[in-house]
Amino acid sequence: MKTSQRSLTLMAIVASLLLTACTSTASSQAQPQLTIYSGRSESLVGPIIMQFEAASGIKVAVRWGSTAELAATLLEEGDRSPADIFFAQDPGGLGAVANLLAYLPEEILQQVPQGFRDSQGRWVGISGRARVVVYNTDQLTAQDLPADIWDFTAPTWKSRLGWAPTNASFQTMVSAMRASWGEAKTRQWLEGIQANLPVVYDNNTAIVAAVAAGEVQAGFVNHYYLYRFLQEEGDDFTARNYFQPGGGPGSLVMVSGAGILETSQNREAALKFLDFLLSPVAQQYFTTQTYEYPVVEGVVAPRELPGLDTLHQITIDVADLADMQGSVSLLRETGILP
Amino acid sequence: MSLWSYTYEAIINRRNRPVANCRSPLHLSLSLWLVGGLAAAAVLLPILYLLVRAAGADQGTWALIFQPATLSTLGRTLSLALTVSLASAIIALPLAWLTTRTDLPFGKLWFILGTLPLVIPSYVGAYLMVASLGPRGMLSQLLNSLLGISHLPAIYGFTGAAYVLTLLSYPYTLLSLRAALLGMDPALEEAARSLGQNRWRTFWRITLPQLRPALAMGSLLIILYVLRDFGAVSIMRYNTFTRVIYLQYSAAFDRASAAALSLVLVSLTVSLLIIEQWLRGRARFHASAASARRTPPRITLGTWRWPALFFCAGVVTMGLLIPAAVLVHWLVRGLQAGERLLPVWESTGNSLSASLLAAAATLVVGIPVAYLGVRHPGRASRALESLTHTAYALPGIVIALALVFFTTNFALPLYQTLPVLVLAYTILFLSQATSSQRTALLQVPPGIEEAARSLGRTPRQVLTSITLPLIRPGLLTGFGLVFLTAMKELPATLILSPLGFKTLAVQVWSAVSEAFFAQAAFPALILIVASSIPMAVLVIQEHR
Repeated sequence: MKTSQRSLTLMAIVASLLLTACTSTASSQAQPQLTIYSGRSESLVGPIIMQFEAASGIKVAVRWGSTAELAATLLEEGDRSPADIFFAQDPGGLGAVANLLAYLPEEILQQVPQGFRDSQGRWVGISGRARVVVYNTDQLTAQDLPADIWDFTAPTWKSRLGWAPTNASFQTMVSAMRASWGEAKTRQWLEGIQANLPVVYDNNTAIVAAVAAGEVQAGFVNHYYLYRFLQEEGDDFTARNYFQPGGGPGSLVMVSGAGILETSQNREAALKFLDFLLSPVAQQYFTTQTYEYPVVEGVVAPRELPGLDTLHQITIDVADLADMQGSVSLLRETGILP
Repeated sequence: MSLWSYTYEAIINRRNRPVANCRSPLHLSLSLWLVGGLAAAAVLLPILYLLVRAAGADQGTWALIFQPATLSTLGRTLSLALTVSLASAIIALPLAWLTTRTDLPFGKLWFILGTLPLVIPSYVGAYLMVASLGPRGMLSQLLNSLLGISHLPAIYGFTGAAYVLTLLSYPYTLLSLRAALLGMDPALEEAARSLGQNRWRTFWRITLPQLRPALAMGSLLIILYVLRDFGAVSIMRYNTFTRVIYLQYSAAFDRASAAALSLVLVSLTVSLLIIEQWLRGRARFHASAASARRTPPRITLGTWRWPALFFCAGVVTMGLLIPAAVLVHWLVRGLQAGERLLPVWESTGNSLSASLLAAAATLVVGIPVAYLGVRHPGRASRALESLTHTAYALPGIVIALALVFFTTNFALPLYQTLPVLVLAYTILFLSQATSSQRTALLQVPPGIEEAARSLGRTPRQVLTSITLPLIRPGLLTGFGLVFLTAMKELPATLILSPLGFKTLAVQVWSAVSEAFFAQAAFPALILIVASSIPMAVLVIQEHR
């Protein structure tokens, strides 16, 4: 009996502790004005969202997650979503929920060049990222690398490459290949790389780490991951980016983007948020803090990055980039994805 | 001689006596079945959701499933799961025995440290292993500078996945074995010793057979854990079934195919459970007669203490110290480079409160499920138990989306609130609580309960004053397991937590995935430290 009394007291203490914990968290986020589902991580975009709160006086609450999980959640929520804004890492995630997004006004859309927004006007690009080849500086120099991504199918690259076929950015590049090369040539490229026995990684971060470690000599990634490593590990980090001068899909520039949910009750605040993300302040933040490219005119790209105009980028309809289904089936048919 | 056969019969008695079945008056049974039924309804939600979604799958999906590659993925997944559970048993058995039964110095400390790898999210754990033991990782650089060894064996694929998952999940077996060792009646071992059996033979013939349900429980939980794991197999690049399911969401945004594939995982789990229940047989694991409950005398290790200490230190080094060392390295390096750290105190509070609530909820809901399974064996209670395990084998994202579906459609005001998050944890982890409770219940002779009944106690009094105190180690183990695994839960937390409710695991994940290593290290270290405190309290509670 004594034991049960003691455990009862214990339980009461625990319960009251928990109750205070719950109420304190509940009260600290009373009535958020604007709800954002962010597929971009807090480390990257948290500070700029806080700046928006301070500048606009609008209270913001963010659900952080991966773009794919949040897209699935939005699809599941349908017209009952509490979200006002979906801020996604890649066009594919926005394409998947495009039917749930509201059409944006021209004054937002016009700020961004055509290649960086939804052709139907349901989302806009917020920051640009370039596909690059990251290479190990002990084993290779930029001169050893081909100008066009096609040439990595040469047998000399056997067992020297790393890629991340499950990664959304990689799949977007495959979409770009399909749009500019056609299905047949894209299939040949995939099979050619596959024949070179590339090492499969889970994401860009893992590839950059592996290239620097010399596990592989080169890998296909987005440009900005390298700068994170340089910041953490210093300049003797043994990997650098190679921006392919060939101008093919290997030098694709794509965007992260955001849209407003059709069911949003806070359209005014949501529009203000998008407007803010496209303002010089926010665009400057993306270029200096996350090493991405601005999507609006008149913002200077960081000094470490080659300018957008020097990138030999190819122009591809964003709708083609957002169509992931075709790319995924192609990756499956070639046995690259399970 | 007669004593010997008595103990033997106690262990391997294969006659199953229906126990106290008809003596439980209706109202207790009813309330047990009521809570059990609620639990069943909760764990059925994900399966219902999968059926709804899979109904929308097209021809292509079914073609995707009915192909030889599916079978080979299943085979790969199973072989990984079995390897991990076997390796875990090999680590956990000596560790559990040394820390409960011998005079090993700092036994409790080794045990607490030994359970902590369970709080490391598998995605992060795998990342840390690669950073420390991978090609050109920290170990390799160390060996290179000291000994000139420049090439380490590759750690990816099956070996790497098995290594990481073993180190992250052996605590399941460790915790369940400890509970079984503490709950075991030492009379049998003493009888064997007094009959001239040496320690070694006693262990093999008396102790080990009695540990069978605990070993089986730990192994089952590990197998199910491996089935649902996504993080470690992704980093280690080993395609298991769950990875294929995740790809449907992440690459194709295809919920129908993901659901159809998840149903294949459900049927695999159900088949495994049928095999398990068949293997379980009808053995009984309690003494035939009641005896005084007491702590068995500690075995003096003597000089054996050194290899024993070496073993414990080795396990803790690989499972906890190496990952922690990488974290400290990241943190120091980041701080030197002037990295800005994100605050963690609020997330620490959130992690602790949500996990403790989940552990308490599964404790309460689990008791009827376990009790009915052991004391009222039958088709219904077996089905109930299997359902809890099935939910545990499903990837977290499936459970999360199922609850999104049901709450947005039928309980919108509750959507993304703490109660629904705790419900998600309960569905996910109920299996861990019930299996620990079940293992403990198996050690309680029903005779004691019957005696209490015949002395005039009501069934409810028997349950609260006899049965529950007797299965205390099992209750605590279940609580600890759920607490530790809820601390690291990711997909359900990301999707279902109240807005702005950040946990430590979420912070770690979000920073690691973007290569913000210093920002990941701090909350990860706090996660380990914060988890160790309740675990220490649990271990101290054991002996009250």
